Amino acid sequence: MRVEITEASEILWLDAHHEFTQTELVELSGLSLAELQHLVDCEALSPVTVAESAANHSAAEARFSADCLALVRAASRLRSDFDLDANGLTMTLRLLNRIRELEAELDEVRAQSPRPAR
Amino acid sequence: MKYKDYYKTLGVERSASDADIKKAYRKLAHKFHPDISKEANAKEQFQEVGEAYETLKDAEKRAAYDELGNAHQPGQDFRPPPDWGKAHGDGQAAFDEMDLADLFAGLSGRRQGGRAQGTPFPIPGQDFEVAAEITLEQAAQGTEFDVNLNVPEPGDDGYVRRVPRSFKARIAKGASEGQRLRLPGKGGKGLGGGRDGDLYLILHLKPHPLFRASGHDLYVDLPLAPWEAALGATVEVPTLGSAVNLKVRAGTRSGQKLRLAKRGLPKPREGEGDLYAVVQIVMPDTLSEHERTLLQQLAEGSTFDPRSHFKEAVK
Repeated sequence: MRVEITEASEILWLDAHHEFTQTELVELSGLSLAELQHLVDCEALSPVTVAESAANHSAAEARFSADCLALVRAASRLRSDFDLDANGLTMTLRLLNRIRELEAELDEVRAQSPRPAR
Repeated sequence: MKYKDYYKTLGVERSASDADIKKAYRKLAHKFHPDISKEANAKEQFQEVGEAYETLKDAEKRAAYDELGNAHQPGQDFRPPPDWGKAHGDGQAAFDEMDLADLFAGLSGRRQGGRAQGTPFPIPGQDFEVAAEITLEQAAQGTEFDVNLNVPEPGDDGYVRRVPRSFKARIAKGASEGQRLRLPGKGGKGLGGGRDGDLYLILHLKPHPLFRASGHDLYVDLPLAPWEAALGATVEVPTLGSAVNLKVRAGTRSGQKLRLAKRGLPKPREGEGDLYAVVQIVMPDTLSEHERTLLQQLAEGSTFDPRSHFKEAVK
């Protein structure tokens, strides 16, 4: 069986050090541009910067931190699997985000809590 | 090809209406959707439910599925009836090489091709998400991770078949729990000019016998004898590298976190997290006669009241 080697440089870390354009986020998340725009309008999703689009210098294209992709993809899957409308999608993303924050807090508390003494 | 009873998977009768099928799917999807479920094997269960629904929600696919008959047991090897391929495909497919999901995915693939009247409709390839467990040491130093996938790829006959693909992904140092990595184009093949899907690796850190991770910070329990905590001491603390000597101040309390800067996990680009030694004051399992005598003397001579705040609170 052929094994493809993927070098570390070919792997994108989905963290705050990378950004996606609005167009890329639409392509990768499965959401439509209108759905993404609705999420931004409702402030469920915040762009990090609004940069000049390479394709159209007169229009400004929003950019998003790459670490939002996992949540946006999850919301997109739930939207498809449960036929959610735009408001359902927005609520879903907000709740997923809240769950992620709470899980992070829980992980931190667990890490700080000493194991039972012997 | 293994037979699957899609009606049984959704828990409905073969005569169920479309509405009943949708209702059953929704109920199971709420229970097993991997983005919200904490059930064991939720992902696999949801895949089974989703596969059944994909076929039964579509009238044409459901009719084709029903024509396979219901005389088979789930998991039993079977072949579609002789004329089935001619009725629902081009009759050229080698059914032994595919599974039931691929068979029905092939039906929609050919329909989409037909809609485009020879110009294939661009369909992006399927994305895959794979959980990868690595050790803290691997996260700190970087590692290689083997990924084996069965990727659906369309054959010349329009039917989709699972093709094994193997990757060795070189992961740079700096991962933390839940870190996601994207390998562009390593998912399923796109159709009709659609882009290839991506592979997403979700990194999880294996539990370590000593260290607990929070982001790039590490925590380690530091057991101290009561006299070490009271009088101060220099103790050896393990790190992911070599052990270091830590000076514990006199009067150190249980639960106090002693920070060892930059002894945590390295961050992806620059810098390191910190290591926190969490003090635990522990007692010997058994006391020698001498220890008992000394502690007795301390108890009699000390005026320290660790519960004085109780009295303050109820005044």
